[in-house]
Amino acid sequence: MRNKWKLLLALLAIFSLVAAACGDDDDDTSTGDDSGETETDEGGEEEGAEDEAPEEEGDMEEEGDMEEEDSEGESEGDMEEEATGEGLGEGFNVGLTFDLLGRGDQSFNDSAAAGIDRAKEDFGVNVSEITPVDASARGTDLQLQAENADLVIGVGFSFAADAATVAAENPDVKFAIIDDSMMDFDAGEPIAPNAAGLVFSEEQGSYLVGVAAALKTTTNKVGFIGGMAGIGLIEKFEAGFEAGAKSINPDIEIVSQYITEFPDFAGFEAPDRAKEIASAMYEEGADIIYAAAGLSGSGMFQAAAETTEATGTKVWGIGVDSDQYLTVDPAVQEYVLTSMLKRVDNAVYLVTEAVANGTFVAGETRYDLASGGVGYSTSGGFIDDITDQIDAAADDIISGAVEVPTTPGG
Amino acid sequence: MPKDFKTLMLTVAAPATAVVFALLFSSLVLLLAGSNPIDAFADMLEYGTRLEVMVDILNRAVPLYISGIAAAVGFRMNLFNIGVEGQYSMGAFFAAAAGGAIVLPGFLHLLFILVVAMVVGALWAGLAGWLKVARGVNEVISTIMLNFIALGGVIAALIVPWRDGEGSLNSGTKLIEDSGLLPDLNWLLEIFTRDIGKSRELSGALVLAVLVGIFYHLLINRSRLGFDLRASGMNPMAAKAGGVPPKQMVMLAMVVSGAIAGLVGMVDILSRAGRYDNNFTPGLGFAGIAVALLGRNHAVGVAFSALLFAFLSASSSILQITGSASPEIVVIMQGIILLVAVIAYEFVNRIKEREVTRLASLAVEGADA
Repeated sequence: MRNKWKLLLALLAIFSLVAAACGDDDDDTSTGDDSGETETDEGGEEEGAEDEAPEEEGDMEEEGDMEEEDSEGESEGDMEEEATGEGLGEGFNVGLTFDLLGRGDQSFNDSAAAGIDRAKEDFGVNVSEITPVDASARGTDLQLQAENADLVIGVGFSFAADAATVAAENPDVKFAIIDDSMMDFDAGEPIAPNAAGLVFSEEQGSYLVGVAAALKTTTNKVGFIGGMAGIGLIEKFEAGFEAGAKSINPDIEIVSQYITEFPDFAGFEAPDRAKEIASAMYEEGADIIYAAAGLSGSGMFQAAAETTEATGTKVWGIGVDSDQYLTVDPAVQEYVLTSMLKRVDNAVYLVTEAVANGTFVAGETRYDLASGGVGYSTSGGFIDDITDQIDAAADDIISGAVEVPTTPGG
Repeated sequence: MPKDFKTLMLTVAAPATAVVFALLFSSLVLLLAGSNPIDAFADMLEYGTRLEVMVDILNRAVPLYISGIAAAVGFRMNLFNIGVEGQYSMGAFFAAAAGGAIVLPGFLHLLFILVVAMVVGALWAGLAGWLKVARGVNEVISTIMLNFIALGGVIAALIVPWRDGEGSLNSGTKLIEDSGLLPDLNWLLEIFTRDIGKSRELSGALVLAVLVGIFYHLLINRSRLGFDLRASGMNPMAAKAGGVPPKQMVMLAMVVSGAIAGLVGMVDILSRAGRYDNNFTPGLGFAGIAVALLGRNHAVGVAFSALLFAFLSASSSILQITGSASPEIVVIMQGIILLVAVIAYEFVNRIKEREVTRLASLAVEGADA
């Protein structure tokens, strides 16, 4: 009996040696395998051309369909740096670095993925994608991307601190961070001359879905679920939603709950907890809930489906970031009233275009309602009867007649 | 010594088996997913042997190791401290806050921060220990609850005043002055190899990890206290009869475990960010449990398993860049290694037990004859 085990172990030991040796042998063979969706072609000749002689080009502002709208906020205008350097044309390398969940979150990251897919087609860029394995991998992943890419995009404000360091170390590479301005506000200038911050006026889009919710509710009670409280990002969604709903009906009741508090990021990836909160809200009489909670939002749509089936009265959810009617499980599609669109895809596309054309701008670029950076979706046709009123509200925001607060309760 | 050699072989055989099985299973998974396992493993090896990446792996292994040792202290005493997660978060947060608030001359500043981290970690763990000793609350339950309270309660409530200005969402404690930060060990690398690449540094926390490992080994295996701990863990009643008070031992194990746990976050706050911010790495406490399990609670074994896990995690990036395999394969490998290791250890234990029985019976026969 014992000898049998010995034999087994000996065999395993031998196998492990062989396996290890095999690995070593393959070390120097070619590893270029095209099976995955990512590519790392060296991109080649353009690389040397970039950035060597920075030159001021005043007319670059006209390029791109949103470019001229960027400096919406009065104070932002003077912070923008002039674009420098020459365009890379087509076929350069882009390193897209997702936030922790990566592709498939049906929301934030998928929106960025859609943008890069579009840029891939239009500019023929080679894209390598990384989703960090954990928070401590963000810096090293950005650095790894910078070694091959001409433009490195970090999807999410968590990349901001690491991007500032890595950008300083790699002056020839451009960086773009979603949801952080990449500005040194004390000095009033960009943190790094090669780092752009792409930020959104989420409160404006949230205002519009707030209007939709107030027009559609039959119980005069609506709900808001936030992914994580405490850093002022998700509060912008809540503030806009609240202001929009109250603009239609000042007496509307809004129940609001956050899944987690900073520094616990679990709230963005906890559909189960979102589902519990949503179920409770529906039970308390809210019939429309807006979830700004990344992947967790899918739990709210499940809760909407279950509540509707159990009680026979239809309740709704409002999606966020992507047009969630198109991204959720088809079984719960009919509960997606509308979605607040945060056009991360546009931001990703436009910053890639800017690098291609040489119009890259360091520091803050703001995407708001006027520039089409935020908005609402009509997929499913559930709000076709009220789009006039929503569009009127949008016009008021664009014209400046309505100023949307960025902190709740204002 | 053939007998010692055999024991050593048996000890090493279990984790080796685990790794081999993990390679086999994950090859199978890769084949099923349509990837070439040889390419994937070759990419991982090539990447993992670059100097820059080896530095990353070491930096990644250090917190895993310290966390593994923190868990191991509890395991040696039969205490399942699930609370390393909360203990290291609390330790790091308070250490960062205290270190940012005051400036002490030179080395004292660093020492002060480390002491704060250890004391806070020890107190948070001691709370669970006290609940067990005084009220009989199972430490598994209390430490899990305390994890939630630490992150979602205490830190969330206290971090509010440090919010950055408008427009920047990164929120964290005040930056610690340079005197409080751990010096990097790049000079050490440069003696043996060459200048390392951009924005990499070998964290000085490596020294902390080595010190923690030595302390752990001496405490558990070479001290009276360690003997008492292990005895009380194996059989509290018997140990009590031998003059070892079980309650004190529980408290002691929890406090030591918590104090070590307090150091887990030091790579993040004293080498990378200089403060506690939203890039602080979560999940190291739970990873430490796995690392301790694979390393058999042995100071050197845990080091190997921490390095292995760090290597696998670091490989995730290169697999995504080359596209030779889905990065999830590293998580699958970590899972399989653990699962097989646990089974293999049980196997080895049985073989050893049988050996002991056989030797005993031989001895008895010999006495009879």
